[in-house]
Amino acid sequence: MKSSDVVTDVAVEITGLKKSFGPLEVLKGIDVSVARGEVVCIIGPSGSGKSTLLRCVNLLEEPTDGKIVVNGVELTDPDCDIDAARTRIGMVFQGFNLFSHLSVLNNLTVAQRKVLKRGEKQAQEIALRNLERVGLSEKVNAMPAQLSGGQQQRVAIARALSMDPSVMLFDEPTSALDPELVGDVLGVMRALADEGMTMLVVTHEMQFAREVADRVLFMDGGYVVEEGPAAQVIGDPQHERTKSFLARVLDPTHQGPSA
Amino acid sequence: MAMSKRRRAIMFRRAQYALLIVIVALIAVFADWEDIRRSFFNVDTAAKMFPTVIQTALVNTIIYSAFGFAIGLGLGLLLALMKLSPVAPWRWIATAYIEFFRGVPALLVFVALSVAVPLAFGLKFDINSTAGLALGIVGSAYIAETIRAGILAVPKGQIEAARSLGMSPGRTLVTVTIPQAFRIILPPLTNELIMLIKDSSLISVVGLTAADYELTKFGRETLSRSPSLTPLLVAGLCYLIITLPLGHLSRHLEKRTGGRKIGTPESTGLGVSA
Ligand SMILES: Nc1ncnc2c1ncn2[C@@H]1O[C@H](COP(=O)(O)OP(=O)(O)OP(=O)(O)O)[C@@H](O)[C@H]1O
Ligand SMILES: [Mg+2]
Repeated sequence: MKSSDVVTDVAVEITGLKKSFGPLEVLKGIDVSVARGEVVCIIGPSGSGKSTLLRCVNLLEEPTDGKIVVNGVELTDPDCDIDAARTRIGMVFQGFNLFSHLSVLNNLTVAQRKVLKRGEKQAQEIALRNLERVGLSEKVNAMPAQLSGGQQQRVAIARALSMDPSVMLFDEPTSALDPELVGDVLGVMRALADEGMTMLVVTHEMQFAREVADRVLFMDGGYVVEEGPAAQVIGDPQHERTKSFLARVLDPTHQGPSA
Repeated sequence: MAMSKRRRAIMFRRAQYALLIVIVALIAVFADWEDIRRSFFNVDTAAKMFPTVIQTALVNTIIYSAFGFAIGLGLGLLLALMKLSPVAPWRWIATAYIEFFRGVPALLVFVALSVAVPLAFGLKFDINSTAGLALGIVGSAYIAETIRAGILAVPKGQIEAARSLGMSPGRTLVTVTIPQAFRIILPPLTNELIMLIKDSSLISVVGLTAADYELTKFGRETLSRSPSLTPLLVAGLCYLIITLPLGHLSRHLEKRTGGRKIGTPESTGLGVSA
């Protein structure tokens, strides 16, 4: 389905995005543009709408208003084939969400075969190649429950990569992991960024954002309050709310009651 | 002299054992063992029941139950999906069906299918179809509710993962939601199968020929020729041959899937909503 992609320098274009859950307006007008190959990290306090924004990008949440264009395809167009568009947008969840009834290999091949209609052999080859990329070739026949959290998350990344996405979305991919497992997952993501993958990453890992992100967005109360290069937003924040958030995150002893 | 609480508890337990021993001893001494043996376990009667009780009665019980469970599963899955449908009339129809067939005696359905329906519509079902349909129609009302609970218990994240890989709602249902739901409901589903096997005895209201006897009917027929409890005991034991391992299996599965309880707060969504 590569041919359906319009080749542009813009991978994701979000304009005037609003999202309400009943009376609660969570996103109050977001404009974000992500260039091809760019890595954008989204930071912000709990409840600020980071996950909701990310989930709107592949329409897991239906926007209330606004326009979302990915790879030149307008997802918010009622006539858009959302299932086809999603095959090109990889998503990695905080809770891994590996199919618990399928082996690692089948987790990686099931959508390739049933959605992309790839043959068994081709799907397996692609799966094995991506498992190798995340350093888990030896787990090919394991069941998800037999893996550590870090391993599950790396398999989840390999599963998304097996669809040949052009954009990858990560929603706090390391938040559910024991500290000693975080490094492996971040390492895989770093390698992916180096290979030129377009990535939107919601994260609390400031070190990762600082080193890997081309751009950092700070969200609060349903708005993008501040954005810019990582060094600027994290190193020298301009906005009061960004400053207090970073002070809480970077120095846990200053933790406020809401942190 | 005050006894401690602990000591009193021990004395009380010993008294219960003593009472039990006295009762057993009295029964052993005063019961007419010869009479009991004749009425409960008449070896001649039991021997005469073999091999028909296995070759015909047990086999028929299994056949009727298998047909019934297959139809019950298919219909139950359909009803469960209807109940979860965003289209309201499907939900109403499924709810009405489930409420109706859970509320009327299964016996009524057997009579209806064997007498009333053939009369009214000029149809004639063979015995396997009658038994399978009746058991399936009644069973599906219970199975539907179990399957529905199972589908709702599949974690929402599983469905979101499937959708984010580009699977359509239908594809998600078939590939992820239903397989996982069935793993969750295997223990209660096994119990429903046991109930269905026991209900297969109701087929005897449909005048059966000897070749169609299932365990209960066969037991009753034998009973009318040699009046003792033996035929019923033999039939009962035959049921246990099937139901005990199933019950065991059910408990084993329950332990294996333990922790995943149906209806936990995290359970949500169906692969049908966008
Ligand atoms: N499906 C939903 N229904 C109703 N409210 C929701 C739903 N999803 C999110 N919300 C609400 O929207 C707000 C933003 O949620 P969101 O998950 O986007 O925040 P977040 O920035 O990702 O926070 P966190 O860092 O805790 O993950 C919260 O107040 C949340 O309660
Ligand atoms: Mg979140």
